Amino acid sequence: MNTSALILMITVQVSVTALAAWFFYRVLVAKPMAEPDSYSENDDVER
Amino acid sequence: MSTNTESWGSRVGLVLAMAGNAVGFGNFLRFPVQAVQNGGGAFIIPYLISFLLLGLPLIMIEWSTGRFGGQFGHHSTPFIMDAMGKRRLWKYVGVFGIFSNIAIASYYCYIESWTMSYIYHSLMGTFNGMDQHEVAGFFTNYLDITTSTTGIPYEALVFFLLCLALNTWILSRGLSGGVESVAKIGVPMLIVFGLFLAYRGITLKAGTNGAVFDGTVGLNFLWTPDYSSLSNPKVWLAAAGQIFFTLSVGMGSIQCYASYINKRDDIALNAMSAGWMNEFVEVVLGSAIIIPISIGYLGVDKVVELSGIGGLGLGFRTMPFLFQQWGPILSAIAGMSFFGLLFFAGITSSLAMGTPGMGFLMDEFNWSRKNAALGFGVIILILGLPTILFFNQGVFDEYDYWGGTVSLVVFALLESILFSWVFGLKKGWREINMGADIKIPLVYRFIIKFITPIMLIVVFFGSLVRPVNDDWTGQKIGNWEFHNESIIGQLKHQGIGPNKLWFADAFYSENTGIVDSTFLLRKKYYISVSNKLADGSVSSQNYRYMPSKHTLSIKPGDEVGKGDILFTGKMINKVFYIDMARLLLMSLFVFIAVLVYIAWRKNHQPQKTP
Repeated sequence: MNTSALILMITVQVSVTALAAWFFYRVLVAKPMAEPDSYSENDDVER
Repeated sequence: MSTNTESWGSRVGLVLAMAGNAVGFGNFLRFPVQAVQNGGGAFIIPYLISFLLLGLPLIMIEWSTGRFGGQFGHHSTPFIMDAMGKRRLWKYVGVFGIFSNIAIASYYCYIESWTMSYIYHSLMGTFNGMDQHEVAGFFTNYLDITTSTTGIPYEALVFFLLCLALNTWILSRGLSGGVESVAKIGVPMLIVFGLFLAYRGITLKAGTNGAVFDGTVGLNFLWTPDYSSLSNPKVWLAAAGQIFFTLSVGMGSIQCYASYINKRDDIALNAMSAGWMNEFVEVVLGSAIIIPISIGYLGVDKVVELSGIGGLGLGFRTMPFLFQQWGPILSAIAGMSFFGLLFFAGITSSLAMGTPGMGFLMDEFNWSRKNAALGFGVIILILGLPTILFFNQGVFDEYDYWGGTVSLVVFALLESILFSWVFGLKKGWREINMGADIKIPLVYRFIIKFITPIMLIVVFFGSLVRPVNDDWTGQKIGNWEFHNESIIGQLKHQGIGPNKLWFADAFYSENTGIVDSTFLLRKKYYISVSNKLADGSVSSQNYRYMPSKHTLSIKPGDEVGKGDILFTGKMINKVFYIDMARLLLMSLFVFIAVLVYIAWRKNHQPQKTP
């Protein structure tokens, strides 16, 4: 691959992957809201 | 009182369902083809800019309007928009949000059924030993529903019915029990399959398994930047168009999913997570499968030529042959992975297309979930059958053009105006940020209010008056020549050629050339007219005729011009099927609009009248 293609590919793919991973991680670790919230699976979980 | 008591099971499930809604066939089939057709690396920069200025704002608008409408018990766009705008007109604009989903699902389920069939054929080794021509011919046979490739009569129809039954059954299980459960399995699975194929694509080496070039040759072609493209309107329109397809914006399904979110719960982080997950699948995985593998075996020029038949053609006519080069076991795994990821991408999207119509029936007509799912299945069956039976007559393409392309742009344009200028950005911005777990940059206030609507207007008018050969600078206002794919070109039947009548007594040649043969293929008779092009290649067109009904006016060796009679006798031309498809789609829109009016009269008028 030529240098400019390599730089563009790595920059875009690393940025997109990092942002996708970061936002999904934030969703995973986000503190649940107090009930009643939008989600039924945690309805019986005590906080 | 609405019977709609649906809810999401978990936040992760919601994000995966939204990501699954966005991730579809377009991520793996349309994106690489668009990139190839628009100069490879030249496409990426406008694409990413369109994502930031058009895609992300529309995602935010749709998530927030959906959640807003849900507070009033509305789960489909007609009454979500009715709650936002004071004028009665808005609920009829919202009809697009049900119409597009039904129109798209009608042909989307058919493509989904191809993936089911191709998983079966990959595992059974059907493609083993076939050459490239035979694999391509297999797909043509498959689309001709009277031909069976497995021994099952009407195989394409059988797989379509199976696929539709599966969708209907999952939808009948509800949001958390059906849609969310499938997303929790489907999205991770398609990422795993995608990673496997991307690894194979990137590490493809010239000289091994029959590859002619390294996989990196394809990546090089795709990612070499060409900054001159930034001034080419064609590339910008293609990039903005791809953003619509990939994010499933302008459809009404995002609003429907978001309408089941409590007003205190976050939407900003959820929207970002689902949107960027889609981009990961498209830009990282989607770019590393079809292009590196196909260029590795066929070379850049051949793949550019093949991209003319579109992503579906490349995926179904070419990829099974390329996988065969990896040996029987690995080709079965690769075929299952490729068509498996397409299946999961497809089903998570088609389920999203079912929910707005179901939400509407449950909210406004108190239908039970099971009846609403069954209603969806029946309407998709009725509307989907013409796309299967008359695929070669262009019905499928008409659904895709009007239901899956033009409607999305029109609806997105109108909803962005409603959100920013009628509902008001002050209220809109508050909706986006209410309960947010992240802070959206303030610059998006400006982008949502001005840049996104302007871009949408440009995209709409660009599609309306797209010039022939995409030559924007060489056209004169009084003598504008429209592209066949422009909205005006389509309305004028510009690409139809000389056979413009529904019913005719003669069939006219649609190309110029020499009649090189009349032949029999799979019990059907054809005339082949070929023309040698300036670059030495030969362009051929085959015309089907029926000896029992038609009399040939030509013989092999004759020279024919465009518009010359090839055969005479009673016939129905393609334009008839195209117009019937348009009529069907228009009837669907009017039918939904009437239902909206009835629902409004039934449920809303008494409360609004003092």
